[in-house]
Amino acid sequence: MGADDPTRPVQLLTPDGRRVEDPRFAWRGGDTELVTMLRRMMLGRRLDTEGAALQRHGELGLWPPLRGQEGYQAGIAAVIEPADMVFATYREQALALAMGVGVADLLALWRGAGMSRWDSEATRVAPFSIIIGSHPLHAVGYAMGVDLERFGDGPVPATLALYGDGASSQGDVNEALVFAAAQDAPVVFCCVNNQWAISEPVTSQSRVPLYQRAHGFGIPGIRVDGNDPLAGAAVIGWALDRARAGHPVLVEAYTYRMGAHTTSDDPGRYRGDETSADWAAKDPIERLRRHLLDTGLVDDAWLRAMDAELDDFGADVRRTCRELDDTPIERAFDELIGEPGDYLRAERADCLDWLSTAPDEGDAA
Amino acid sequence: MTELTLAKALNTALHAAMAEDSRVLVMGEDVGRLGGVFRITEGLYDAFGPRRVRDMPLAESGIVGTAVGLALRGFRPVVEIQFDGFVFPAFDQIVNQVAGYRARTHGRTSLPMVIRVPFGGDIGAVEHHSESPEAYFMHTPGLHVLSCGSPHDAHWLLRQAIECPDPVILFEPKARYYVKGEVGPAPDLPMTAARTVRPGRDATLLAYGPTVRTCLDAAEAAAREGRDLEVIDLRALAPLDMAVIRASAARTRRVVVVHEARRTLGPGAEIAARLDEEMWGSLDAPVLRVAAWDVRYPPARVEHDYLPDAERVLDAVDRSFAY
Ligand SMILES: Cc1ncc(C[n+]2csc(CCOP(=O)(O)OP(=O)(O)O)c2C)c(N)n1
Ligand SMILES: [Mg+2]
Repeated sequence: MGADDPTRPVQLLTPDGRRVEDPRFAWRGGDTELVTMLRRMMLGRRLDTEGAALQRHGELGLWPPLRGQEGYQAGIAAVIEPADMVFATYREQALALAMGVGVADLLALWRGAGMSRWDSEATRVAPFSIIIGSHPLHAVGYAMGVDLERFGDGPVPATLALYGDGASSQGDVNEALVFAAAQDAPVVFCCVNNQWAISEPVTSQSRVPLYQRAHGFGIPGIRVDGNDPLAGAAVIGWALDRARAGHPVLVEAYTYRMGAHTTSDDPGRYRGDETSADWAAKDPIERLRRHLLDTGLVDDAWLRAMDAELDDFGADVRRTCRELDDTPIERAFDELIGEPGDYLRAERADCLDWLSTAPDEGDAA
Repeated sequence: MTELTLAKALNTALHAAMAEDSRVLVMGEDVGRLGGVFRITEGLYDAFGPRRVRDMPLAESGIVGTAVGLALRGFRPVVEIQFDGFVFPAFDQIVNQVAGYRARTHGRTSLPMVIRVPFGGDIGAVEHHSESPEAYFMHTPGLHVLSCGSPHDAHWLLRQAIECPDPVILFEPKARYYVKGEVGPAPDLPMTAARTVRPGRDATLLAYGPTVRTCLDAAEAAAREGRDLEVIDLRALAPLDMAVIRASAARTRRVVVVHEARRTLGPGAEIAARLDEEMWGSLDAPVLRVAAWDVRYPPARVEHDYLPDAERVLDAVDRSFAY
């Protein structure tokens, strides 16, 4: 991939921490934002490490590792604005955390103690869709609504849909692209190409680089180094601005799933370690850490303080997890629909009656 | 006789069918090198190669839709849907295309294809991974809907499904994948027949998939209290084996249907209505249903408050006897 090769992802920070220029995209943030990005990536990684450990200890039923994918997430967090809306996947928990979704709410989902408990209106983070690829259509519709409310020619809030390389094959995702283009919706698609969909390599989904698919839909497409938080911020920032001006765009965040698909998965069955080792050398945290050390924006004392903060955060994650309350079954009745009708009301009463009298039941809940 | 887990019994069925007939194909997500997330297709990729064991792009509608085309071309595709909740992106293909093809062509063209769906809860999973969607498909004419409750039936129902000239959806109780049982050397029943797994005189429990074990447990507990319960594994949900169901109901005069599918319009509703129509007045109690509540599948830590268990079955039996 030569310098002028369009399949070469936009990069502003090299794996060894050097700043490079791109003719089209520039990092516009200041020094504080750089430090914030490093902090957010470190918190995201710590959440991931704790989540995986909690699953091993039986505190969580499942955990989807995000290791290696902190870069574009911190980049997005740097440029997303309070009125924007994000439809993300289970892999974007570092982003959700940065946008204010609480640790308890994230963990509840994986512990089986709740569903999507957080307030999407307040956090601007929609429930993660477990049915892969179902949510980009929601994002397009949301963006159509934003457009309907437009008053005058000013910018509108942007809507961002993140989905994986695997999900990109779903009919719904392709329909979302068709609709966004046809309706000229103010939406950004961010296809997170982490090279794998469980055991299927991205080549099982596409013969062309995924960003190129956008062109066929009549939408600009661009590939960014997903492990480069600066480039992520610059390119997604540009894309969000384009949406704010009223038009759709697709960004492919080119990254790598360093860990297993989930804690139930065993990647040793389908992929070797070599590629993962190559990608380990492109670690998003390491490159920004080096850059900030080299430029003096952080020093060893800062890193030590950060380590202490991470340890506190980790302890907090573990405590939060163990203190989570289960969601009692009656809430499955109460939160189902406004008007349940007579027989569902009767069934609720039967259910509670049964649970309060049943021989072995009356769970911990 | 060999003792196998239910998962292995399905796996050996696929191995045997693929070895016997080069037109049998396996298609799905992660069915190749990984061998499927439940390892049901383990070893097939090495044995039969990537042309016959196909890791498809991630699109269930696409997988089922292309399986239709392959069946039209004379192949026998066996599609794996990774989890129950992911069958819905393929719902249009199944309901409108797969089920309707024979009738649309005035009987000329049938589709010999199998759609395997791991189903049911009790595995502590996140949402969309514990569903029991069988009733949607029972409601759709043109499909065989089957479920296996034991390794023997898993093996032979899958073999029979692959040989069937019409489309079959096989619901596999994922919570019971790793439970062992004897697998006999040949099928002992047609694919459309129910199986009496425990004869009894006092009441009939109708079950399939994961609830077969639940009902056997309930029957054992009842036996200790002097009640002799018959347990029937329905196996075929569409069409239902009403002859076996009616014969048992006629003897015991009390029927309880047990499933993880929700109560409203679940399989039990159809069975109760049919027994009402076909045996009006000859039962001693109404047909009772023990089913999941009519709510969304709850977070895993309270799934035991949602799923039927042996206690709820026994409670229903008591209520039946109270009439
Ligand atoms: C409709 C649907 N089909 C299958 C699955 C099972 N599944 C969960 S994640 C996944 C792979 C997704 O890959 P990708 O979109 O690349 O996202 P990644 O996991 O790599 O972040 C699959 C097949 C699902 N959740 N939903
Ligand atoms: Mg992926």
